[in-house]
Amino acid sequence: MCIVADMSSGHVLLGILAAGPAHGYDLKREHDARLPGAKPLAYGQVYATLARLQRDGLVEVATTENDGGPERTVYDISPAGEESLLEWLATPEPPGPYAAEELVRKTVTALRLHRDARPFLGAQRALHLDRMRGLVAEQRAAVDVDARIALDHTIFHLDADLRWLEAAAARVNEEGTLLR
Amino acid sequence: MMEPLLRAHALHLAFGRTEALRGASAEVAPGEVLALTGPSGSGKSTLLLCMAGVLRPQAGSVTYEGRRLDDLSEDDRTRLRRREFGLVLQFGQLVPELSAVQNVMVPLLLERHDRQAARTSALGWLDRLGAADVADAQPGEMSGGEAQRVAMARALVTGPGLVFADEPTGALDTVSGEQVMEVLLSTVRETGASVVLVTHDNRVAAYADREVVLRDGVAEGRPAVLP
Ligand SMILES: Nc1ncnc2c1ncn2[C@@H]1O[C@H](COP(=O)(O)OP(=O)(O)OP(=O)(O)O)[C@@H](O)[C@H]1O
Ligand SMILES: [Mg+2]
Repeated sequence: MCIVADMSSGHVLLGILAAGPAHGYDLKREHDARLPGAKPLAYGQVYATLARLQRDGLVEVATTENDGGPERTVYDISPAGEESLLEWLATPEPPGPYAAEELVRKTVTALRLHRDARPFLGAQRALHLDRMRGLVAEQRAAVDVDARIALDHTIFHLDADLRWLEAAAARVNEEGTLLR
Repeated sequence: MMEPLLRAHALHLAFGRTEALRGASAEVAPGEVLALTGPSGSGKSTLLLCMAGVLRPQAGSVTYEGRRLDDLSEDDRTRLRRREFGLVLQFGQLVPELSAVQNVMVPLLLERHDRQAARTSALGWLDRLGAADVADAQPGEMSGGEAQRVAMARALVTGPGLVFADEPTGALDTVSGEQVMEVLLSTVRETGASVVLVTHDNRVAAYADREVVLRDGVAEGRPAVLP
């Protein structure tokens, strides 16, 4: 299991808990429903992530349910968890090659909490375009065609993210309802 | 920021009931390349045309080198546009009856340049933009991308201090678009001219030093200004 994926799913789980307490099974189901394009969370990953969040004081055990079946722990977000969630939602990602999924996680989580995702999307566009500016300048300065071709690949992937950011902002604009 | 070369402040412009600009502002500094971006219908072309003195805003001001464009007479504005601005419109707008080289000569002839010198200069610009092959073709015989190269040549031929370009690479593929942007950029870096560029292409926007994002007739991140 990849530690980085674990960290980011942690914030998605915090986003779900911010709407109300839930147990591991519900968290997995809700996570997968919210991010239909992403890899489903494994149960092991859910419990490992919850254990880490609990260790860091970001979630607390609300109750332990026992309706006939096996015992189930219900988790809730802590004040420190709420703080960490809001900070994550507001912070644009460095536009490296692996940021893409994190952008989706933040936007979806914000919208589910009825928060306006557009300031984040705008800030992220500015960072991405800055990076694009650097790559285009590098490409203009490149003498060899192979260097230009290699840079094209990075530029087009960044462009895919930029186009997604635009489409996301346009959809949020249209669906004012999400922000009620 | 340095004293802007051109400043559009709190522009309002409605076409009938459509409010194309609702308090849009943008500045461009000497030597700066500015990109105007935003969704379709957000007012990019309208803002560019107001900045270029082609459209007159119903409220707000456009100031070029300290002079209010909207205070100038129609004649003075036309003269200023011809002498100091280069304009590439969104849909090319070449004169259909003229060949490519004649189209590029027009702004020089309007400024009473010698015909032979104008022709030589026009051919030189077509060549730099990779459009020498269509020099004698009429717009109806050109591809969209060729017409855009010709339109860029026509905008640069007078050595303008400020170039306005609305989607100048919209009909070009990546590598051809890069060539046109390269000519535009190297030209303005040489002459110290500024550029206002409208584009949907992020890669083209990344040629600019700065970007203003329009949404519903206002620049994002700035509040709408009442007329
Ligand atoms: N001459 C006109 N007559 C009537 N309505 C107009 C005119 N020019 C523009 N509009 C309207 O004003 C709004 C802004 O148009 P504008 O052309 O500035 O958008 P844009 O951002 O350039 O869009 P695109 O990316 O599609 O070129 C649109 O709703 C458009 O329909
Ligand atoms: Mg337009």
